[in-house]
Amino acid sequence: MALRRFDIEAGGDAFAFRAETEPTIAFWLGKYPEARKQSAVIPLLWLAQKDNDGWLSEPAMRAVADRLDMPYIRVYEVATFYTMFRLKPVGKHHIQLCGTTPCMLRGANDLKTVCESKIGKKFAVTDDGKLSWEEVECLGACANAPMVQINDDYFEDLTVDSLGEIIERLRNGAEVEPGPQVDRINSAPEGGTDVLTDDALFDGSRNRTCPGLPNLPEAEVIEEPTPEAIGKSEEAPPTNTKREETALVDVKDVAGERPEVAEMDEAERDNLKEIKGIGPVNEGQLNELGIYTFAQVAAWTPANVDWVEDFLSFPGRIAREDWIGQAKILAGGGETDFSKRVEAGEVDSSKDEGE
Amino acid sequence: MLSDKDRIFTNLYGRHDPGLEAAKQRGAWHLTREMLAQGPDWICDQIKASGLRGRGGAGFPTGLKWTFMPKEVGERPHYLVVNADESEPGTCKDREILRHDPHLLIEGCMVASRAMRAHKCYVYLRGEYIAERHALEKAVKEAYEAKLIGENNVNGWDFDLYVHHGAGAYICGEETALLESLEGKKGQPRLKPPFPANAGLYGCPTTVNNVESIAVAPTILRRGAEWFAGFGAPNNTGTKLFCISGHVNKPCNVEEEMSLTFRELIDTHCGGIRGGWDNLKAVIPGGSSVRMVPAEQIIDCKMDFDSLRDLQSGLGTAAVIVMDKSTDLIKAIARISYFYKHESCGQCTPCREGTGWMWRVVERMARGEAEHSDIDMLLDVTKQIEGHTICALGDAAAWPIQGLIKHFRHEIEERIDQYRAPRALVQGHVVAAE
Repeated sequence: MALRRFDIEAGGDAFAFRAETEPTIAFWLGKYPEARKQSAVIPLLWLAQKDNDGWLSEPAMRAVADRLDMPYIRVYEVATFYTMFRLKPVGKHHIQLCGTTPCMLRGANDLKTVCESKIGKKFAVTDDGKLSWEEVECLGACANAPMVQINDDYFEDLTVDSLGEIIERLRNGAEVEPGPQVDRINSAPEGGTDVLTDDALFDGSRNRTCPGLPNLPEAEVIEEPTPEAIGKSEEAPPTNTKREETALVDVKDVAGERPEVAEMDEAERDNLKEIKGIGPVNEGQLNELGIYTFAQVAAWTPANVDWVEDFLSFPGRIAREDWIGQAKILAGGGETDFSKRVEAGEVDSSKDEGE
Repeated sequence: MLSDKDRIFTNLYGRHDPGLEAAKQRGAWHLTREMLAQGPDWICDQIKASGLRGRGGAGFPTGLKWTFMPKEVGERPHYLVVNADESEPGTCKDREILRHDPHLLIEGCMVASRAMRAHKCYVYLRGEYIAERHALEKAVKEAYEAKLIGENNVNGWDFDLYVHHGAGAYICGEETALLESLEGKKGQPRLKPPFPANAGLYGCPTTVNNVESIAVAPTILRRGAEWFAGFGAPNNTGTKLFCISGHVNKPCNVEEEMSLTFRELIDTHCGGIRGGWDNLKAVIPGGSSVRMVPAEQIIDCKMDFDSLRDLQSGLGTAAVIVMDKSTDLIKAIARISYFYKHESCGQCTPCREGTGWMWRVVERMARGEAEHSDIDMLLDVTKQIEGHTICALGDAAAWPIQGLIKHFRHEIEERIDQYRAPRALVQGHVVAAE
């Protein structure tokens, strides 16, 4: 953990978002359910930091809290937890130098010396207000190590000389070019590669070699979009307090006829998962219905099948996978190809959780 | 070497336009409607048959994970959340997908959402990936404008995708910390159960997947599960993005077949080890959280989940950190320990206190300022942290140190002897705590 405190003095007592930031704020707020707009706290704090010369003052945090109807303390917690929020003023160009092992192996410690000699101590701002630096943890560009991030941009494959030159150019207000500072394209190997050079990858010809999907089921059943797919409710998701699972049995209004219920001991029950199509979840639901044996499944009437399919929300599946036919074989003491594989432990989806 | 025609990420290096038209030419958004029409069971079955294991580090079978979502949508909507908070030291693969092949990811999100009956998806990027976020936002906008996603889209499954970002906390790569962060809180992991598939984002059923796991899904469905399963060893199938950093001649990212050997990987793509193969000392094969492997064991080892697990290490995110004989391994591990100390969220005491303690002790050992018996004490403390925290950050902080002691204990001992030789009068333990 890093201990991080506010700079109350430098923050003054007022902050306002810039007018041109407002559409961006609206864009972010539009991404979350209305009742969950607290989700936007990190993006909004980031915008506030941008509007406040690259660091977060306490009034800026309050402004974000007010926008999101959050208690101030919740925003303070977030601002101090995430290290990209800077809690004291930084230079116009703030350098984040990655010092973690992959960069260290390729010379990040030498780059620290460059920053110290050209800028000063960590987090010290140069007198002209243009530069400051800090060491950060892995920035996720390890194949281009060592690297720094300056404001929004990554500068990769640095050397003592190239970083020194970048710092001098920034100090003098000159342009700098982000990306790798040696002869390579992004994270491809330096000096080029013969990987991904086949033109056929890029001219659309591969699509023509694949006119349809492989492995489609033999009797192709295309499911129509269900009503839930078309009519989306705009309501906010329920809160965490409503986490209880709804009871599965006896609450559903389903068509058809419910199969007969049986009560039996653990020992008398069959492993229904030997039927192709029945996994641990379905087996559990069937057990809850009082269905435990192959013989019970084998005895289902068409009305029973309708009822069970409706209950399990698997229209057409029992017939398609021929559960009853499989159950008849298994109930008679026979084996199916699938049940052999289950018994051999080769079917992951038929294992109970934890196995 | 994997041939070009079998590569999934054909714009890995960004030599071509990441935009929609060019992405379509490369194969994205081809037959998507047909895939979605097959429904969740078919999609999950195909992904299971392909043997795809999660690319975020743990290697859990992706198709199986998708089936954990409730089979019907109740009053709580389902969510897909994509973990693009790539911050495991050594790992830089998802970044290339986000900025160069974003349409494969968006299409993957839609397919995965269909498989778990979700209509909304959030992609959580790490905050530092600003250019990558803009690239992804641009691609999302293109997809909406082309009616590929959104309401009443041409693919027949209502689907909204939102890009979210963090602000520099490694712990938010842990799935429940990520959900906390996405809800606008500190990124502190939740106790499980309830698992996200029951109560995740906003208390609703949620599945969190890595970017790479999601982005390969449409191509697997298009080309067939058996095509994907044809690469690599059994139970370790498919192609994988490797990120090679450290002391190789040409560090790079590359997509390769699973289960190729370390030597093939380095010789084919990275121009060999700096100073030749005799100069190799140790390798961290799966991001900073896994134990290092000494040169003689890794050179001909297959790069896959099971082979590396057998070496008490792991494939993790396939972030290969190579260290040659010039490396001070104790310092390298001390820097990793500092990383975990810095990134511990502070929730569980063994991790909050232990990561700092371990870092200070390893730093001392790097200078030689320790007793021989301190090594066993340190090992003992790592065992007390491992497995005693809510999330795996405690484990991840312990393993690199365990790897160092297991394989290079003699180096620590030599360092201590060197330090003590001119200081014959130094007695007793040097205090660890500050």
